[in-house]
Amino acid sequence: MESLLLPQIPDVHRIDIYEAHGGYAMLRAALSKTPDEVTAEVKRSNLRGRGGACFPTGLKWTFMPKDSSKPKYLCINGDESEPGTFKDREIFERNPHLLIEGAVIACYAMGVTTAYLYVRGEYKYWIDLVQKAVDDAYARGYIGTNILGSGFSTDVYIHRGAGAYICGEESALMNSLEGQRGYPRVKPPFPAQNGLWGCPTTINNVETIANVPIILRLGAEAYAKIGAPKHPGPILVGVSGHVNKPGVYEMPTGVPLVDIINIYAGGVPGNKPIKAVIPGGSSTMILRGDALEGVCMDAESLKAAGSSVGTAGLIVMDVDTDLVKVLQRITRFYRHESCGQCTPCREGTGWMEKILTRFCNDDATQADLELLLDVADNIEGNTICALGDAAAWPVQSMIKRFPEEFEKHIQEPAAT
Amino acid sequence: MQHTARLSDENLRRIEELKKRYPHPQAVVLEALWMWQGEHGWISEDGMRYIAQLLGIPDHHVFGVVSFYTMFNRKPVGKHKIEVCTNVSCMLRNSERILRHIEERLNIKAGETTPDQRFTLVEAECLGSCGTAPVMQIGDRYYQNLDPESVDAVLKELP
Repeated sequence: MESLLLPQIPDVHRIDIYEAHGGYAMLRAALSKTPDEVTAEVKRSNLRGRGGACFPTGLKWTFMPKDSSKPKYLCINGDESEPGTFKDREIFERNPHLLIEGAVIACYAMGVTTAYLYVRGEYKYWIDLVQKAVDDAYARGYIGTNILGSGFSTDVYIHRGAGAYICGEESALMNSLEGQRGYPRVKPPFPAQNGLWGCPTTINNVETIANVPIILRLGAEAYAKIGAPKHPGPILVGVSGHVNKPGVYEMPTGVPLVDIINIYAGGVPGNKPIKAVIPGGSSTMILRGDALEGVCMDAESLKAAGSSVGTAGLIVMDVDTDLVKVLQRITRFYRHESCGQCTPCREGTGWMEKILTRFCNDDATQADLELLLDVADNIEGNTICALGDAAAWPVQSMIKRFPEEFEKHIQEPAAT
Repeated sequence: MQHTARLSDENLRRIEELKKRYPHPQAVVLEALWMWQGEHGWISEDGMRYIAQLLGIPDHHVFGVVSFYTMFNRKPVGKHKIEVCTNVSCMLRNSERILRHIEERLNIKAGETTPDQRFTLVEAECLGSCGTAPVMQIGDRYYQNLDPESVDAVLKELP
């Protein structure tokens, strides 16, 4: 497949190079259509959100009220803090104008006059790169007042976070943007009715928005034929852990995980067998290395395999990995990042970490294993946002799929 | 209320520009705190009150924000704050060795500052750089694909 999100064009991050390769032509084309036609095109493409939930993007856009006395907002989620995820950074660095073009098209489709790109605070270097691209796009009239003489106006602003995983959760992101603590909000009301400052708001992931000009260029029907039929399009897969060539690879959805590992990422060092993979960032359920045959990087295939595509951050672990140690580290992360609003998550993540630390110290008992699962089961589904589930799923899936990893760390009952 | 420390005129002008981007000045609080930290290295209670006054929001609101976000320093840190990612992708590529190596070189533990106030060392959560693990961040800069030798080279070159 031709690279669409990260094309192999030298210096395409520069606006003149981007324009020379057809950049911003799709914005021009979109402005000659009605907003509803643009939304319908995105809907027909079957693009699903790349931030983890795989929600149909076009459908999400239709939730925005057509007539609103209040301003409407677009938030582009570049918080990218899920362990194993480092794909949006590639767009910021290598193709920021694709993101900007997509953002302005999305604004036009939804009647949005202000878009905020929320980027994690650690990415200061990349924020500066995207800011340069935004400034250049303003200077050429692609953002701002009366864009390309169409009469449509919108602004795009970059908003820098300050270190909080939870701000990648869409309602926490809105609170953070408003200048509050990044606490998730109870839903409903949903952002399309009551989002930023109580106004209609849509939140889309960076990679999702970057797909929009591609859809318009190829046409929805051609786009929908790329990759997996129910989850089509190009996707950025970040491969990390025990592989020879870790990195971000663009591919159509639906590539077998074993091909991603062996062909794209150069296989496992020393040709060691794979013990386990986490397919889509630390929140997604872990899969056994000996059960990867036929499992592909798309929403349907990974669901059938008992996991999810998440952010397509594939973490590979070889046969010598201590999975309990991995799980302890992941759980420690969720304990650290829990915002503290909901008791099951605030208390449960810490409790799970303590139990897992006992396993790491070979100081755990059989009862600890049951307690660990019980705590995880009582977090899942009992919190305002999905962080609780994200903390529970790795624990539940690891206990279910790798019981032997825990047994190794359980104390032998003392001989009497 | 009078404040002993303040933001530079340039940053104050910048804040006025940023306020125009949002319907409420409170939305500028993170950026104002970034400016404060950039000028003063850390965010004191006096700094929080100053920013609250600047944006016309209650003091406690700024306190609440500062304490929520991990990148804001609520006490003085060394000239170079070294943040070593130890989350799963870095861990699988031996970030533990990197952290221990820096601890030995600087003769401090993670969470501590060297007596000469040059270095603060902390463990970081995922920095979003898993493809180039192990990784550390110093200031705004990422250092990637680390091994003990490259860490030594980085430490040597820091001013």
